[in-house]
Amino acid sequence: MSDISKTVKPDPDQNTVAPADDPTAAPVTVVDPRLLIREEGLKGYVTEFKRKVKGGELGSLPVFFGLIVIWTIFQLQNDRFLSADNLSNISYYMSATGMLAIGLVFVLLLGEIDLSVGSVSGLASTVFAVFVVTHGMNVWLALVLTIITGVGIGALQGWFFARIGVPAFVVTLAGFLGWNGLMLWLLGSSGTINIPSDSGPVHLLGQSSFFMDQAVIGAYLLAGLGVASLLIGSLMDQRRRRAAGVPFRPTSEIALRVGALAVAAFAAAAVLNNASGVSNALVIFLASLVIVDFVLRRTTYGRKVFAVGGGIEAARRAGISVPMVRITVFAISGGFAAIGGMFFAGQTSSASLTSGGGNILMLAIAATVIGGTSLFGGRGNVWSALLGMLVIQSIQTGLDLLNMNTSIQYMITGAVLLGAVVIDSVSRKSQKAAGRA
Amino acid sequence: MSATPVLALRGVSKRFGAVQALTDVELEVHAGEVVALVGDNGAGKSTLVKTIAGVHPIDEGVIEWEGKPVSINKPHDAQGLGVATVYQDLALCDNLDVVGNLYLGRELLHRGVIDEVTMEKNSRELLSTLSIRIPSVRIPIASLSGGQRQVVAIARALIGEPKVVILDEPTAALGVEQTAQVLDLVERLRERNLGVILISHNMADVKAVADTVAVLRLGKNNGSFPVKDTSHEEIIAAITGATDNAVTRRAGRTTEAAK
Repeated sequence: MSDISKTVKPDPDQNTVAPADDPTAAPVTVVDPRLLIREEGLKGYVTEFKRKVKGGELGSLPVFFGLIVIWTIFQLQNDRFLSADNLSNISYYMSATGMLAIGLVFVLLLGEIDLSVGSVSGLASTVFAVFVVTHGMNVWLALVLTIITGVGIGALQGWFFARIGVPAFVVTLAGFLGWNGLMLWLLGSSGTINIPSDSGPVHLLGQSSFFMDQAVIGAYLLAGLGVASLLIGSLMDQRRRRAAGVPFRPTSEIALRVGALAVAAFAAAAVLNNASGVSNALVIFLASLVIVDFVLRRTTYGRKVFAVGGGIEAARRAGISVPMVRITVFAISGGFAAIGGMFFAGQTSSASLTSGGGNILMLAIAATVIGGTSLFGGRGNVWSALLGMLVIQSIQTGLDLLNMNTSIQYMITGAVLLGAVVIDSVSRKSQKAAGRA
Repeated sequence: MSATPVLALRGVSKRFGAVQALTDVELEVHAGEVVALVGDNGAGKSTLVKTIAGVHPIDEGVIEWEGKPVSINKPHDAQGLGVATVYQDLALCDNLDVVGNLYLGRELLHRGVIDEVTMEKNSRELLSTLSIRIPSVRIPIASLSGGQRQVVAIARALIGEPKVVILDEPTAALGVEQTAQVLDLVERLRERNLGVILISHNMADVKAVADTVAVLRLGKNNGSFPVKDTSHEEIIAAITGATDNAVTRRAGRTTEAAK
């Protein structure tokens, strides 16, 4: 008991909020041994960390272990794996599937699944190619129309799910086949439409397009921007919380977090500069992550998504329109799938029969789950798209580097997806056992 | 206790097809009063609170709010007047933390962004004035016990500053200590000068916190008793209709004849 009571953080407002005339309110400061209050300082993080892992709140832990294992294995097999050029490749190629994964985060937060994102991305690149090449449309107008197509497809699927009550799995499975069919029909007998690689968005998302034209300062500018905004945001939050008298993050913790991000960001910037710079595709992917993270955590819409994922009845009683949330979430997923399709088009400067096919869908789902967003809904964040894609793209690039056959690649991808879902299921089980799910 | 009841039902009737669920029901709730609504299964308790909460509009009769007749046709109408209902299934989001649940659907905004700081501050103040003890306002509901969830659900009803709170069997499925916590909370609602309608099957709970017991039997009023002067048996008798039998009817006739 005594060592537990020592761990309590002094709570400045406990005395001020208790009304003086209410004798029952006074013992609020008495320490309940079950209180989840963290120790100050480094030791506190260790205790908290152990408790979380035991309780099944793995967060992004599997990702870090996974990355270390994967990078070590591939580096031992081929010493070019951890070279700057290859890491730069990983960062470029993960952006496309990563955009699909961002959309999937929304769907997974509802506890649903969208199996159509791969087909929608392929259809989007074809629609764009048809607009630009066949009809000679302005590329930026074509881009907007392509994204609108994706949003519309998603909203249509969401409508079938939310209003008609068809399980999302079936609607999007139908979409998986149907949209792929539409893409093949649009491509017709030619099979491939080549998009001029110097045209607007396709050039921007291509392999030879870099942030600030490969200026060395560019990468460091981005890293500095990220670190500075986290630092300023955390300090402002701390100040507001301190003023309001609610618990705030100690400065040591802020320093630790900002320091960790700074190390990662500047190391990545240095590596990418060593290769050829930060690709614009990666910049757009990272910017999307920041925007979506803000939407999910700080807006009422994001709160609604989490609420519907956590308890439909509770959300309904709170006045949230569940069908509206469902339709918009699928529309967002469709929109990001279309944007991802543009990224694929940028990679190859073409739309072809194989666009959006293969294992892209599985990779996007696997990335989201590996990153820590639960398949069971209500738990996760958008950074899982980034972390998961790092793992998935490392495996893909590594296998390519070792000249592995597609057959082997598929088997490994399947195993990774299964492994990710197993981790999710097991951690959910232990969360239940620890009373946290 | 004020003279004008904050909420009054006058001759309220409700039919579902051929079933007459409520017949000429009268009910008064004053500010700072706990009215226990008791009755057997199928007596119409749930229907009655649902008419007040706006789930079922009434067929006949008048609902008065602070002395003025009002019409309650939608849950939204009831909320607008200041009626908050805590249903038996608490309907909390397991994955959101306590603050998130308290403010679900009415988040406070600060320049268009969810204002977590003010929400957390207000939540802590609300919980501490109600003497609700939970480990932290930032842990997900999933980690709380049944009793803690019940008090969070009740606290959630108070965020909208209601004048009448309806609690549907708040102590069912709770252990001894949690029941005591919830009953404490009901008393604190009374201290805040709220009108409370408490549905319960548990006579001990009713005797412990209620001021008035309103008994429903087969959709009709079957007496309203001040708790202080009424025995356990009298309430049970009113619930089961044990007062209405050959012996009591004979006793009634003989006393009438004696007059």
